[in-house]
Amino acid sequence: MTIKYFAASAVSAVCLAAPALAEVDFSGKTIEWVIPFSETGGSAKWANFFAPLLSEELPGKPTVVVKFMPGAGSTKGANWFQEQKHDEGTVLFGTSGSTQFPYLLDDPRVRYEYSDWHPVMASGTGGVAYLNPTDGEKFDGTANNLKDINFIYGSQGATRLDLVPLLAWEMLGMNVEPVFGIKGRGDGRLMFERGEATIDYQTSSSYLGASADLVEKGQAVPMMTWGALDEDGNIVRDPTFPDIPTFKEVCEATDGCETSGEAWDAWKAFFIAGFPVQKIAFLPAGTPEDVIATYTAAFDAVRNRDDFAKIAEKRVGKYPVFVGEGAAKATQRGTTVSAEAKAFVTNWLQEAYGVSLK
Amino acid sequence: MDLLATALPALGQAWALILQPMVLGYLVLGVVMGLAVGVFPGLGGIAGLSLLLPFMFGMDPVLGLALMIGMVAVVPTSDTFASVLMGIPGSSASQATVLDGFPMAKKGQAARALSAAFTSSLFGGLVGAAFLTMFIVVARPIVLSFGLPEMLMISILGLSMVAVLAGRVALKGLAAAGLGLLIGTIGEADAGGSLRMATYDIPYLTDGLKLVIVGLGIFAVPEIVSLLRQDRAISKEAKLGAGWGEGVRDWVANKWLSVRCSLIGVVVGVIPGLGGSVVDWIAYGHAVQTTKDKSNFGKGEVRGVIGPESSNNAKEGGGLVPTLLFGIPGSGSMAIFIGAIALLGSGEIEVGPSMLRDNLDITYSIVWLLALANVVGTLLCIAASGGIAKLTTIRFTYLAPFLFMLISFAAFQSGQNFEDILALFVIGLIGIFLRRFDWSRPAFLIGFVLSNPVEKFSNQAFQIASFRFRKSFEEGMEYIFSPIVIVLLIVTVVSVVLGLRQAKSIMAEGDVQSGSKRAPLVFLLLIMGYVVTALVNASLIPDYNMTDKIVPLVVGGIALTALLILLVQMILRPESDPIFADKEVSGEDADAPYGLWSTLAWFVGLIVATYFVGFILALLGFLVSFLRVRAQAHWPKTLILTACGIALMCVMAGALNRDFPPGLLQGAVDLPWPLN
Repeated sequence: MTIKYFAASAVSAVCLAAPALAEVDFSGKTIEWVIPFSETGGSAKWANFFAPLLSEELPGKPTVVVKFMPGAGSTKGANWFQEQKHDEGTVLFGTSGSTQFPYLLDDPRVRYEYSDWHPVMASGTGGVAYLNPTDGEKFDGTANNLKDINFIYGSQGATRLDLVPLLAWEMLGMNVEPVFGIKGRGDGRLMFERGEATIDYQTSSSYLGASADLVEKGQAVPMMTWGALDEDGNIVRDPTFPDIPTFKEVCEATDGCETSGEAWDAWKAFFIAGFPVQKIAFLPAGTPEDVIATYTAAFDAVRNRDDFAKIAEKRVGKYPVFVGEGAAKATQRGTTVSAEAKAFVTNWLQEAYGVSLK
Repeated sequence: MDLLATALPALGQAWALILQPMVLGYLVLGVVMGLAVGVFPGLGGIAGLSLLLPFMFGMDPVLGLALMIGMVAVVPTSDTFASVLMGIPGSSASQATVLDGFPMAKKGQAARALSAAFTSSLFGGLVGAAFLTMFIVVARPIVLSFGLPEMLMISILGLSMVAVLAGRVALKGLAAAGLGLLIGTIGEADAGGSLRMATYDIPYLTDGLKLVIVGLGIFAVPEIVSLLRQDRAISKEAKLGAGWGEGVRDWVANKWLSVRCSLIGVVVGVIPGLGGSVVDWIAYGHAVQTTKDKSNFGKGEVRGVIGPESSNNAKEGGGLVPTLLFGIPGSGSMAIFIGAIALLGSGEIEVGPSMLRDNLDITYSIVWLLALANVVGTLLCIAASGGIAKLTTIRFTYLAPFLFMLISFAAFQSGQNFEDILALFVIGLIGIFLRRFDWSRPAFLIGFVLSNPVEKFSNQAFQIASFRFRKSFEEGMEYIFSPIVIVLLIVTVVSVVLGLRQAKSIMAEGDVQSGSKRAPLVFLLLIMGYVVTALVNASLIPDYNMTDKIVPLVVGGIALTALLILLVQMILRPESDPIFADKEVSGEDADAPYGLWSTLAWFVGLIVATYFVGFILALLGFLVSFLRVRAQAHWPKTLILTACGIALMCVMAGALNRDFPPGLLQGAVDLPWPLN
């Protein structure tokens, strides 16, 4: 707090007319990164990973604390964030697929609007589906031999991220019966290990942490990944699992499964919201450009750290982190679906599982 | 012998890792922080661990583990303070401790109860660690043999403890448990997402009620209100009675009970998906069933403290198995623990199946750090217990406002909604009347705790069983009636039969006199009204969501049947029948100088004021007026105590980075912390 500092602030105050010169400084401030989930979920892990790194890169090295605001399937926190006004730029909000899906499916609890907010960083994950060894032998890169088998799958609910695998298996003509009501994908894996469930999927980091071990021991056979998105929005092989075919490839090879048409478009739309653009960090509506630019630069510096790939791999997976323009594009892709896709999924949820969000 | 060959050197390495001054220092630091967090009811390990998270990034793994484990391990030890001294269940792990611990404190034996509890905790922790050291290398297949039918049976075994705790009129206990189960189903169903007794217009209800709130409401609120009405100290005797030596001797006399309960704790803790909430009830039930003279349970029987306290620390060790071996957290704090481990060092420790193969030494370090933390924590607690027990000799009118403050804050922390405090009040009201009319509060709470597991496991097990039966009859039978299920079934049946025979002698509420018919009858009709409403509500769920309606319908049906029989009995029997038990007829409550409603009005005042001006301002007004008007304290004393209370809240919330409930005022004007 020297005279020079005050002089500098005075000068910058005078220069406010030219915003490009106004430096954003967070010295001594505390930034609250609000997560609409409990302390125990994947989003908490994600925010806790980025928070200390972000703190180092923001000007003035503010303290970044992660705050939890769980409730109503994350819509409570998102509704709260919708009400927030810009104030010094010290509030950051993190959403995940579980916040995006109710928004896309017109859940009656949703009172938030993604396009009002300013995305500053987006990151994704992938997912791998796998089979029990007996049925895994019948898998030949197509689902043709799996169509007569009844599978059982531990699921968190048809309107959650599980929508993506359930719809994929249905498109392949497979007969998968979900057992609803489990609390997390870990419980689903345990059910698979006990032989109660016969098919399962995990997000990339959980797959590497536990399921890959089952594959090694011959207790599971990988079937397909959901894939990853390239620059142009095409589905390509997941960089973390280059040897496992994507659902798109399996679908193309399987009789009766098509990679075009309304089912495919709907699947792809929800896949994007659930996986490659799963987690997004937002600043509230009305945040001025200079603050957005400061955050963008900070996240950019985080992802360009020399050791970023190494530390991120174990903790959040080896996937691209989008900032700035890229984050805006990703958010656009992850939070919009066509009316047809929405109608298709709503209808399918109602017919297959009797679920309606009314 | 292969196992031994890898396990022993790893154990040696683990001790080499632990026994470094730095590591031990961090452990003690963690323990001290854990104690500070744990003595406040309702906060527990989650709040503490979240506080540590930012420091974990890149920290040396062993140091980070020592810090975190120190913090987690002592919570089930230090929450005993609140359970025994104030009758406030500090966390879900110490609910059963309240039943006998608090009556002991009322008899002036607080120090004895505390030291018996701490000795049991210490021992339970050590037994847990010793058991795990051998068990962890062979645990995987055993844990995997616990499928859904097995977990369902354990939940039902837990539920069968209602038989022991039903009270003098078994039907009332059954109905109370049914009511607890029904209240546990409020909200969005896990399976199909149907709403039960909730609407999307009140988002708060869609999530269901939190255990913290129900525990505080059912046990703490009624006791606080009752003691406040009587305007005396918690302990009837002015002096504290025997000190900590007697408690330790109590433990020695009951060491085998402690061993058995520790093993129960470890084994139930090992099973993923059940969590710790049933353990202490099963241990309590076991303590009752193995005691010859049961007449003292509920009135201050030391075995009722030793049992649950031995099991709840052992459970923490058991809970490490699913956490470390499967990467599936056994509790909320374990989930954060897993997340934090990934942040340690360069992320080389990976929780999951590879833990045993790649990091057996770390695994053993975690097990024994936990045991060591238990030792350190217990010693600190015992050292402090004599002093803290003196709280029970203070005139309760000086404690009560601070307890209202603490439980409101704790309730708010569970979901950070104003509705949390309202829910606490409503559940508290239910608790007050359950207590007054001698309906078993433990039965209600067991019902609530097990509502979700029973519903979830029965639905899922049913679905998978029918899937197996479609394949072949044998496969289905094999799935449902595994050897483990059969053993658990026998244990449950025996425990119900024995329990029903014994229940009459266990009076958790003491000997309650009967009086007029009207008040008990009105309460019965009110409960019946809720049960009928819940039944109608459940029956409106469309049939394709059968999973969401079947449990409320069945449970509601049973509860309604019990209530109808009770109604008939009430009509037929004379006023002196125990069925009409009413604390307002005679006894402490009836003779209390203050009425129920005028006492409750203070709590209502705090809640209403919070709604308008936010928690801290409301608290300021509440403390000052309460101390001045109700406690008749002088201005200096009033101001000092108020300042202390508010300072305590601010320090706690500030350190843990927690918010206070805001009111309408805060919505209109921007105020600085802590007023916002």
